[in-house]
Amino acid sequence: MVNHDDVAHGRRRFLHQSLALIPLATVVGRGVAPLSAQAAPVQGVSPGPVPLWFNPREWRFIIAACGRLIPEDALGPGAVSEGVPVFIDRQMEQPYGYGQLWYMQPPFAEAIPELGYQSPLVPREIYRRGIAAIDQHCQQHEQADFADLKPRQQDALLTQLEAGELNFSGLPGALFFTQLLENTKEGYLADPQHGGNQTLASWTLIGFPGARADYQDQMDNPNKPYPLPPVSISGYRGRSA
Amino acid sequence: MNTIKHRPVDVVIVGFGWTGALMARELAETGLNILALERGEQRDTWPDFAYPRITDELTYGIRLKLFQNPARETVTVRHTSADHALPYRRFGSFLPGNGVGGAGVHWNGMLWRPRETDLKMHSTVTERYGASTIPADMTLQDYPVSYQELEPFFEKFEKICGTAGQAGNLRGETVAGGNPFEAPRRAPYPTKPLKQQYAGQLFARAAESLGYSPFPIPAANCTEAWKNPYGVQLGVCNYCGFCERFGCFNGSKASPQSTILPSLRQFSNFSLRTQAQVLRINTDASGKKATGVTWVDEQGVQHEQPADLVILSAFQLHNVRLLLLSGIGKPYNAQSGEGVVGRNYAYQMNGSLNLFFGEKHNFNPFAASGVTGTFIDDFNAGNFDQSGLGFIGGATIGAATSGGRPIQQMPLPAASPQWGSGWKKSIKQHYLHTMTIGSSGSVMPYKQCYLDLDPTYKDVHGQPLLRMTFDWQPNELKMTQFMQGKAEQIARVMGAQQVESGFMKPGDHYDVRPYQSTHTTGGTVMGDNPKNSVVNKYLQSWDVHNLFVLGASVFPQNLAYNPTGIVCATALWAAHAIRTQYFAQPGPLVQA
Repeated sequence: MVNHDDVAHGRRRFLHQSLALIPLATVVGRGVAPLSAQAAPVQGVSPGPVPLWFNPREWRFIIAACGRLIPEDALGPGAVSEGVPVFIDRQMEQPYGYGQLWYMQPPFAEAIPELGYQSPLVPREIYRRGIAAIDQHCQQHEQADFADLKPRQQDALLTQLEAGELNFSGLPGALFFTQLLENTKEGYLADPQHGGNQTLASWTLIGFPGARADYQDQMDNPNKPYPLPPVSISGYRGRSA
Repeated sequence: MNTIKHRPVDVVIVGFGWTGALMARELAETGLNILALERGEQRDTWPDFAYPRITDELTYGIRLKLFQNPARETVTVRHTSADHALPYRRFGSFLPGNGVGGAGVHWNGMLWRPRETDLKMHSTVTERYGASTIPADMTLQDYPVSYQELEPFFEKFEKICGTAGQAGNLRGETVAGGNPFEAPRRAPYPTKPLKQQYAGQLFARAAESLGYSPFPIPAANCTEAWKNPYGVQLGVCNYCGFCERFGCFNGSKASPQSTILPSLRQFSNFSLRTQAQVLRINTDASGKKATGVTWVDEQGVQHEQPADLVILSAFQLHNVRLLLLSGIGKPYNAQSGEGVVGRNYAYQMNGSLNLFFGEKHNFNPFAASGVTGTFIDDFNAGNFDQSGLGFIGGATIGAATSGGRPIQQMPLPAASPQWGSGWKKSIKQHYLHTMTIGSSGSVMPYKQCYLDLDPTYKDVHGQPLLRMTFDWQPNELKMTQFMQGKAEQIARVMGAQQVESGFMKPGDHYDVRPYQSTHTTGGTVMGDNPKNSVVNKYLQSWDVHNLFVLGASVFPQNLAYNPTGIVCATALWAAHAIRTQYFAQPGPLVQA
C-alpha cells in the first residue's frame, strides 16, 4: 500500500520548491502572495525546479491542470507531486517542444482528421496560446485564473475542453487538451530521468517493473504475479504495490 | 554549388539497413571495392543500445529517437487522386527507420517465409476461383521467382539471425507444433521457439479447441547460443520487453549490428560513410547505365561518387522516391495505367481485439520479446476455401505481446475515463490483466493506390516529397471483417470479462494517426516484363542494368505476413545472382 503521509509530504515538498524558485509569483493555495512574502532563496543555488519555459502564470496553470488530470487520491500520488509539471516544462526546451520532430513546412491547410496533424502550431505555442486563452476565459466568467478556481470548476472546464466545446481564436480547445493530457500522462508514466514519475508511483500502481528488462524467470511462470518492485534507469527502487 | 568528385568504386550501396548490409557482406568476399552511403548516424549495440539507458520509452518509443525525423523528410498523403495531399507531419501509422541498421534495428523480429501460393497469388486465385473474382481495379500479379528458387536464401537468412521457431513442414513432412501450412523447408529453425506467455497459452488452447492449428511465431530473437554463417555469435533473448522501437542491448534480436557488421568490419575493401544522403542516382547520356550517385554530407557539401554498380537498398518509400528523382524507369500514371515506378503501392490491414480479464489473470505484458506469442494460419490466403466470401487475400490471427510499455501499450476499455481518479483506477485494474488478439492481413494492389512526387512540399534539401495516394478498398475491408468474426469466436472461448474490437469497418478510411505497421510495400515491383515491373526476378532494373533495387518496394502486393523474410531472402538471392552471373557478364540478366 502507498503511504499517504509520504505522498502528502512529496506534494508539499514539490509545491514548496516550486514556490521558492519562482521569483515573480507564488503557487500554493488560491491567492497570490505579495512579492515581499517570498522566502529568500538559498544564496546562489536554486533549491528546486525553476521553470525553463513557462512563465509564472503558465506555471500556475500547469500545476493546477496536472493536479486535476492525474490527482493525488486513495490510489497514491498524482501528477504534481510526481514532478509532471517539471517534465512538461523540460519537454518545451527539447527539440520536441520546438516542433523539430514534426514536419512543419507550409502551406498549412484544413483537413479531414484521418490526414493527421495539420496545425501550424508547435507544442510551445499550443501551451502559450492555450493557457492564455483559458485564463482569459476563466477571468471573463469567474473573475479568476484557472489555477484559482475550485477543483470542481476546473474539472468542468477541462471536460468542456476535452469535448471540443471551448474553442479560441486560432486554437481548437480539443487540440490544446489533447496536447496537455498526452504530455501529462507521458510525464507520469515515463522514466523519472525526464522529470516526472519521481517516486515511480505510476509503475507501482499498475505493476510495471520499469527498467528491470530481464524476465526469463517470469516467462517460466506464466500467470504468476511478478515479485519485485519497479526500478528506474538510474537504479532508484520504487515501492511494492 | 561545388561538388567534390571522388575516385570511382566498384560498388556503391545506397542505404545501410538490412538489405544494404547483407549485400555488402555477400559482395565483400569478391574483394571488390565497396562503399556504403547511409544518410543517418553510425550506431552500434554498444554504446547506442546499451542497458539500462535504452529502456526509456519516452525517448525511443514516443519521441522516436532511432527513426527518420519527419522535420527533415516525410511523405504527403491523400486518399484518392482527386484529393489534395497533405504532409504526414507527425509520425503515427508507419515509422521509417534511419541510421546504420535502418529499421532492422528497431523491428520486432517477426520472420516469415511466404508459402508457395503467396508468390503465385494471381495464378492461385485464377485457378481456384476464376479470373472474374479479381476486381477490375486490382493489379494483382505473381512474383517472377518461385519459392523453390528462394528456399536456400530463406534458410540462409534464418541462420544469419539465429531464428527461433518450430518447423511445421520439414521436407514435406508435417511436424507437430509447427505451422502445418508452412512451405517445405530443408532445415529446422536454428534455435528453439521463444517461450510462450500466458496470453499465447490461453489463445493456443482456445484455437485448438476450435480445430485450428496454433504455433509459436517464428522470431529473429535468438533463444540458444548460436554462431551464424558469418561467424558472429548471438546472445540469448531475455524477454526484456524493449524490442519494438528499440535497439537490442543483448545481441539477441537480429539486426545488421548483431549479425553482420562484426564480420563485415574485417573486410578492408568495404567502407561505410554515414550522414551521407543520396540525392540521386546518375546515369550516362543513354540513360541506360548508372554512373554513380550524388550525395550531400552533414555540412551540406555535395559529393559525386562514381561506381560501376549501384545497389539501391534504402527503405521502400525512399527507393521509389530516389528512382523518381533520378528519372530512372517510367513513372506510373494512374489515369492511363501506364508506367511502373510508384505502381502497386500496398500496406498491411491489421485488426485487434482487446480482452479484459480482471485481476485473476496476470498477463505480465512487460515480459516479452518483440515476437512472443501464438498464431494461427488457418485463414491466411490459400489456406481455406474462400469461395463466395467476396475477398482475395487473408490474415494471420494470433496473440502476440511485444511489451508492456505503460505510455503506449496499456489498452483500456473505451468507456474508461481518460483522466482523473477514474483513469487511475482503470490503469490499475487493466494493465496486468488485459491481452490482445491481433489479425495481420494482406493488402492487394490497385490502379488507384500509388506513389509519385508531390508538386508542393519539399524535404530539407529542397527535393520534392513522395506523395502517397492510398485508401482502404472494399476487398480489404471485407477481409478484415471476416477476420474479426474469427477472432471473436476464439475470444469467446477464452472467457474474457469484456472484449472490445479494433477492426476496421466498411466505409472506414486510411488514418495516418494510429500506428498500424511500417510494412509499406511496392512502387518498384518485381515482375516478368518491363510493362508490369521496375525490376526483374534478380531485382535488377529493366532500364539500367547496373542498378539493383532491394527491399519491400519490390513486392507486387503485400502478404499477411510481415515482410522482412522476403526482403532479406530476395536481397541474398540478388547478391548471389550478381556474384555468379552479373560479374561474369555485366548486362541484363533477363531479356526484356
